[in-house]
Order: sequence, then C-alpha cells, then structure tokens
Amino acid sequence: MTAVPLQLPRRLIEFTLDGQETRVPEGSTILDACRAAGKDIPTLCQGDTLTPKNACRVCVVEVAGARTLAPACSRRAEAGMTVLTDSERARHSRKVVLELLASSTDLSTTPRAAEWIKEYEAKPGRFGADVARLNEEPKVDNDLYVRDYDKCIQCYKCVDACGEQWQNTFAIAVAGRGFDARVSTEHGVPLTDSACVYCGNCIEVCPTGALSFKSEFDMRAAGTWDEPAQTETTTVCAYCGVGCNITLHVQDNEIVKVTSPHDNPVTHGNLCIKGRFGFQHVQNRV
Amino acid sequence: MDLKYTDAAPTDAERDAVDGLLGPPPSGWEGGTTRSDEDLRWARGGVSAAKDRRDQLLPALHAVNDRIGWISEGALDYICRRLTVAPAEAYGVATFYAMFSVRPRPAKVLHVCTDLACAARGSAAVCADLTESFAPAGTATEGAVWQESPCLGLCERAPAALLIQAGERPEPARLPLPALPPLPARPPLPPLPARPALPARPAFEDRGSGGGAPGFGKGRVGEQPAAGAPHRTAVIAPATPTALTTAIRSPEHTPAEPPPETAAPQAGHPTLVLLKRIGTTDPASLDAYRANGGYTALRRAFTLGPAGVIREVLDAGLVGRGGAAFPTGRKWEVTAQQPDGPHYLVCNADESEPGTFKDRVLMEGDPYALVEAMTVAGYAIGARQGFIYLRGEYPRAFARLGHALETARTRGLLGPDILGQGYAFDIEIRRGAGAYICGEETAIFNSIEGQRGEPRSKPPFPVEKGLFGKPTAVNNVETLVNVLPILEHGAAAYAATGTGTSTGTKLFCVSGQVARPGVYELPFGANLRELLELAGPPQDLRAVLLGGAAGGFVRPDELDIPLTFEGTRAAGTTLGSGVVLVLDGSVELPRILLRIAEFFRDESCGQCVPCRVGTVRQEEALHRIKDRTGAAAADDIALMREVGQAMRDASICGLGQTAWNAVESAIDRLGVYK
Repeated sequence: MTAVPLQLPRRLIEFTLDGQETRVPEGSTILDACRAAGKDIPTLCQGDTLTPKNACRVCVVEVAGARTLAPACSRRAEAGMTVLTDSERARHSRKVVLELLASSTDLSTTPRAAEWIKEYEAKPGRFGADVARLNEEPKVDNDLYVRDYDKCIQCYKCVDACGEQWQNTFAIAVAGRGFDARVSTEHGVPLTDSACVYCGNCIEVCPTGALSFKSEFDMRAAGTWDEPAQTETTTVCAYCGVGCNITLHVQDNEIVKVTSPHDNPVTHGNLCIKGRFGFQHVQNRV
Repeated sequence: MDLKYTDAAPTDAERDAVDGLLGPPPSGWEGGTTRSDEDLRWARGGVSAAKDRRDQLLPALHAVNDRIGWISEGALDYICRRLTVAPAEAYGVATFYAMFSVRPRPAKVLHVCTDLACAARGSAAVCADLTESFAPAGTATEGAVWQESPCLGLCERAPAALLIQAGERPEPARLPLPALPPLPARPPLPPLPARPALPARPAFEDRGSGGGAPGFGKGRVGEQPAAGAPHRTAVIAPATPTALTTAIRSPEHTPAEPPPETAAPQAGHPTLVLLKRIGTTDPASLDAYRANGGYTALRRAFTLGPAGVIREVLDAGLVGRGGAAFPTGRKWEVTAQQPDGPHYLVCNADESEPGTFKDRVLMEGDPYALVEAMTVAGYAIGARQGFIYLRGEYPRAFARLGHALETARTRGLLGPDILGQGYAFDIEIRRGAGAYICGEETAIFNSIEGQRGEPRSKPPFPVEKGLFGKPTAVNNVETLVNVLPILEHGAAAYAATGTGTSTGTKLFCVSGQVARPGVYELPFGANLRELLELAGPPQDLRAVLLGGAAGGFVRPDELDIPLTFEGTRAAGTTLGSGVVLVLDGSVELPRILLRIAEFFRDESCGQCVPCRVGTVRQEEALHRIKDRTGAAAADDIALMREVGQAMRDASICGLGQTAWNAVESAIDRLGVYK
C-alpha cells in the first residue's frame, strides 16, 4: 500500500472537456482532467514526478478562443474554458510532431511511440531518406549507464531531475541551440569527469530509453532483453536508514535494473547510487 | 550547493576580465587563489547567494569574450566559481549564443551579414570574394577569421559587416562619449546648439566602438597603450571586398561609420515625431536634448501621477510596435496593479528581425529619448529598475546609451531622487550575444537571468511573472519612444494622427532595391505605395517583404495596402516590426526563401519539437524544390504546409509560430513555384 499524503481541500472549477461538463480541483492541468475522465492523450516530456517542460508538444489540445494549441500537460484548467482534445487541429499537430520526432530520432525504445504513430497515421518516412537526423553514437564512458542521444527527444526531464528539481547535482544541461542542441556535460567531458554522482535519477525519468542501465544496454545489444519475462519486486533498500523503496527488475533470476515507485513519498522515484546500482552483491557469481 | 568545478585554470587575462566585472574574489570559496583563516571556518554561497548572482553570467561571458575572443574551459570554470553556477549549466548558456565561442579562435572575428537585405544587395559576391582574397569562412588566417552572420541591422547600407577585435578595453566602459564630428550641413535645419569644448576627451571617430572605447587609428590620448591590441569594433557597410580585407587586416584603418541620421532620409523634416531629433540634436549632449524638448514628458508625467500617465497612454491608443500590437497602456495598467513586487521594466532592444534597424537608429541618434521614455514607463508601472536588453551586434548603440545613462545619472535624471520628485529609478544595459530568440519577451527574462535564452510558456504572462519571477512590463524601443509625444502634446493630439485603431506614427525600415533605403516615419494610414515613392522604388518591382522574416510578401499590384495594423491584417499580411524589404526582378526568390528558412533553422532555440525539427524539414524541402516548379514542387509544398500548420499551432513561442509565414505568402501570393 502506498501512503498518500493528504492535501488541503481545493476548490473545484468547472469547464467543458470535449463537450462534457467537467469538474476538477483548482490547479489541475487539462491533462489531469483528461486522465480523470479516462481520456488517453499521448505525452512524452510530461513526467509524474517533474514539472513538465512542455517541450515535446505531443499532448496539445485545442482551447476555444486561443490562437494556438495548448499543451495539456501544463496548461491549467480554467473555469469556463472549452477544450477539445481530439479536434482535427490537435490531431494534425500531434501527427506532424510524431513524424518530426520519428524522422529525426530513434524511437525504437520509446514506450507507446509505435502505437501512437499508428493511431495518428504518422508517416515519418515522407520527409525522404536523406533527412537530417541526430546520428549520435551511444556514449559508453562508465560501467553504470549509457547515454544514447540518438534516442533523445530533448525533453529536459533528465536535466531537471539532475538539477534543481531533484538531485541538485547539475551534471548535465542542454548545450548548443536548435537542431544542434544536445544534453551535455560541461565541454562534453565524459560522465566520469563531470559532476555526475550516478544516482541514475535521469534514467528513471527518461521517456525514450536514451538513458539506460549499462546492463539493459548490453542485453539489448545481445538481444537478450526480454521485458515481458521480467518480474518486479518492491522492497526496502538496506543500505541506510532512510528506508527508500526499491523495485528490483529480475530476468532469469538476475537483477537487471532497479527503479523506485514514483508515488512513494520518500523517494518520488529517486534513489542514490547505492540503491540504484549497488545490487551486484546479491548475485555475485564469480 | 555542492558544485563540482573542473580543474581548468584561467589565464591571468581571463581572470582579470572577470574580476573587472565582478571585482576581486572576496574569498577562497569564490575562486580566490588563497584562502584566509576565515575561509577555513566559514563556507559562503549556497542556493540563495547563487540565485542572487546568476544574472551576472551573461555579462561575465561577455567580459571574457570581449577580452580574449573566446571562452576557454579555465575561464568558464572561473566564472562558475565566482557566481556559484554549475559548469554544465554555464556551458549550456555559453553555447547558446552565436557571438560566443568555447573553442579557440582568433581575436579578430569578422561577421559578414548574409541575411535578407544584404543578400538582396550582393552579400554572396562579397563572401565569394573574401574567400578568394582572404580565406574561406571559418578558417583562421593572419590572426583573424570571418563568418557568415544573420542580420546585423545595417540593412540601409547593405551589404554589411561587423568586425569585433577582442582585447583589453582601454578605458572603463562608462567613459563619457567624446564629441561627435560635425553633423553634415542641412540647409533648412536650424544650426546645432554650441557644445562646450571638452579638451580632456580624445578625438572621437564615430565608429561605434563598444563601451565608448575611443581611439581607433589615432591612438589613445593621454594614456599608454596596453599590451596587445585593444578591444574594438568596426562596422563596414557597405561592405566591399577591399574594405573587408582592409578591415580584417588592420581594423584601425577602417573609415568612420557615417552618423546615424544618414539612415533617416527624412531627417530634419518638420513633420517628424519619433525621428525629430535624429540629425538635429547631438546624441551625446544632454543639454542639446533638453533644449530640444527633452524631459518635458517626464515633467508632465510627474504632474499626472502614475495612474494619469497610464490613462493618457490608454487614451492615446498606443499599441506595441514590436509586432504583436498589444495595447501598451493596458500592459502598464495590469503590471502596475500587481500586488507582488518589485516591478520591473524591460526595454526590448534586441532588434534582430532581418531587415529591421529602426531601433538602432533611435538609440544611436536619440539615446536620451529612450532613457526618458523608460523613466516615464517605470514611473507608471511602479518599477525602480529598468533593463535595456540590447542586441550584442550594436556596439555604437551600446556606447551611446551607456553615455546617456551615465550623464543622466550625474544630472539627477536617473537615480534615487529623479528631478527631486522622490522617484527612484535606474536603468541597466544588458547586452545580448547573438540570438534572435532573445527578442521574444520571455526569452529576454531567461537571458537576463543567466539562463539559456529559451522562451517560457505563457501563461503566466510577464505582467504577472516576468523577470526574476516578478511583474514585468516589456516594451520595445519604438513603443517606448512614442510615450514622449503622448505626454508632451496629450493623448488627444497624439490620437489625432493615424487611423481609429492605429494611432500615431510608425517607423518603417526600408531596404533592398530602393534608391534611398533607411528609416521612414509616416503617420498610420499612408499606404505602401506612398512609402515606396519616398524611398525610390525600383523599375521592375518583384515583391515587397512586409513585416520581416516572420511577415509576408506582397505583390507589386498590392501597393495600396494601408500601412495600419487593421489594414495589413485585412490584406492577410502584417506590419510586424516595420520591415519593408523591396526586391526587384534581379532577385532569385527561391534563394531568398531558402535564406529565410535557414534563418529560422539557425535561430530556433531547439526547445520544442515543432520548431526544432520543423524548421529543418522545411529547409530541406525548400532545397529540394529550389529549381523546380509546378507539379514537380507540389508534393514538397504540401509537406511544408502540413509542417507549417503544426509549427503555427503547436510551437511554444512566436518564432516557431511565424517561421512559415513568409515562405507561405511567397507561395500563395507570389506564386514562386508555379
């Protein structure tokens, strides 16, 4: 059971969501309202533990009277607003954004990307064969994790998690500009020379698999990564007295990665290097 | 914060440059070379101290870049230690701006403009010749390097180039500006008031050196030259291959830049309102400014009180001239009403729209007008601090404004008690560093705060949460300067000019193939034909780009479009920032469109997907069809339309939302690919 901290009561506001009168607590985003109403809006840069940067723009919805579409993940619902989540305009933008992403980035490890591409009938191939792509080689500069920026959609979640939203380490930031912008350490130095403390909280929030455990990266390369065959067991980290929940992902009786429940009020999904990576002793089979 | 710095050490010159801005490090915690006993007992800094000083990041990067020409690892690390900024973040900021380099490069960098107006007037040939006679772009040769640049705002003298030579600033940046060379004779104008002789000041060749550093070529007076060449800038416009080669080899021999009024063909005409002092009043003299109507608006503002000023601006019907045409009085009113404080005023002087140079002419030719207008605006909205966010490519405007601020301060027109009215207000100039996006009103805040110049999503709007998260009014230069005639003559008199919904006068930046390019001031309601007649249109007019790269093209048979906000809107185009780029039959339109697409691809900040990738895909499509028409181009045009629609609908800010406008209008109105 997960403890849910009680919050102060909030005023309900009323607005129209796809023709339905909807009531949500004040401060809710349109996305919150959609989810409460059982509507499925695609999102990539939105994370349950972070303030959304609303950079990916796949969750755009149409707000009546507004010149442009609004990102559902960060636009707060306002009383009297009329929102269309599935209008032709919104669907068109989502389709094109998915095409732009898929034509420039490797979305093969992005959960649900293929499903959305099918749903919105996106055809990333129509920009031609010789389009500009990120074309980055995976950066393997340490034994704990791999940065494969060919899969990066620049959602800023890792930067926010490393920086002031969670970890306060500031080992990575977005550098450069425009299509050449990349998540980078200072001067592009290897992670081992950077301020990185290997908490892995960036991996935790990465929506595309651009950041992954070295174990996962190697197994994917070897073709042995089999997510459906994995079991997840949540337990308590034994390293210190804080009592973080850790979830062990086990495949073939081996721990292949460790996460933490996002709704846990202690970790909010974050861990330290020991909780996240210190699992070799469990399965040391020299 | 427990930040990890790198091991790279700054050179003495780099350390000097940063200390020149921030002062010597007070302790070992802040990059000092030795630690005092006290340092060993006491750790300073922390999150709040870091947040307080983060806004010095951009000035510190400028300090190093100005002195050395690029920003090394050691310099960046020292800046980070001084300001408690994480190196990765500072690196992200330094690599955001086009004028900075984090790789070694020569001290002399020549920026050759290849943007719309310059392209229309032969910048391609200039670049080809420079490659031939000097070196290819980006290749360091003879201690210099040249590179192609987006619009330098010198469109009336296109093609243009800007040379920046890094080095020690020979004197403090706030040196009073030396006297100007005599203004060219204009018989119908009254003679200039006499200026007192200033024997101590060095002879000033009007070359717009950043920070008022004098002494190009003539050497500095009364001071030993420092080791190495001093920091200097030089504008070369029109840029001929010979002039560029001379400038890049010996910047000290660059001829003087013509005075700002040469960019205003109507200068001295009695009907001018916003340009009335351009060329008739010495921009370096506060006395001359006051003798020509200066500071009457501020006096009137004090008699009206803040609410009265806002009422007057509302009644005058002034709307923003930056492109969005939002009612200025309304913006001020809402800002003034915010209970949160302090309130800030930001003057958007990051005029980077290709083809726009009116704000430059105003700031160079009448800097006190902006200072006074900002003081009035600050008073109205209850701000004590104003910022001028000035684009980095305007060294002369930087020098002129810096001088104007300094003299206004010494005369009690800025500072703790303005005109004895008990109102405290001061203005700081923040230099941009080459990023069009920083003209977006919220990107300005991030840039000033020392973050990457990425726009923020709205809401919240700047009037609620702007600079430093506080209520902020952002107005561009031309908008602010309009406040002076409103207060001098009253709202009714102001509103009597123009049309019902577009009141007052408007500045237009006419460039391209016209006989007399420059800034023109016309009352709202004049039409495009009348404006072109003033500027001398070409025989075979092909098209006019109205509103800049984010605007739209109009055909030669559409010249009756009234130049008002409502008139251009009705005609399916926009006034935008007042760009009127005139193209004749000699211009290859597909190349111009490619340049527009290139511009947006280069200038996209990269934050949101529709703009970051969409601008690239559109440019690719334009490349594919540059020599095609009709059915052969149809598929790619359809593709661009689809991408353009998504960019317009789903981009975070105006850059992505408008990036497709001009190309679309060229396809639809000009039939470029038919």
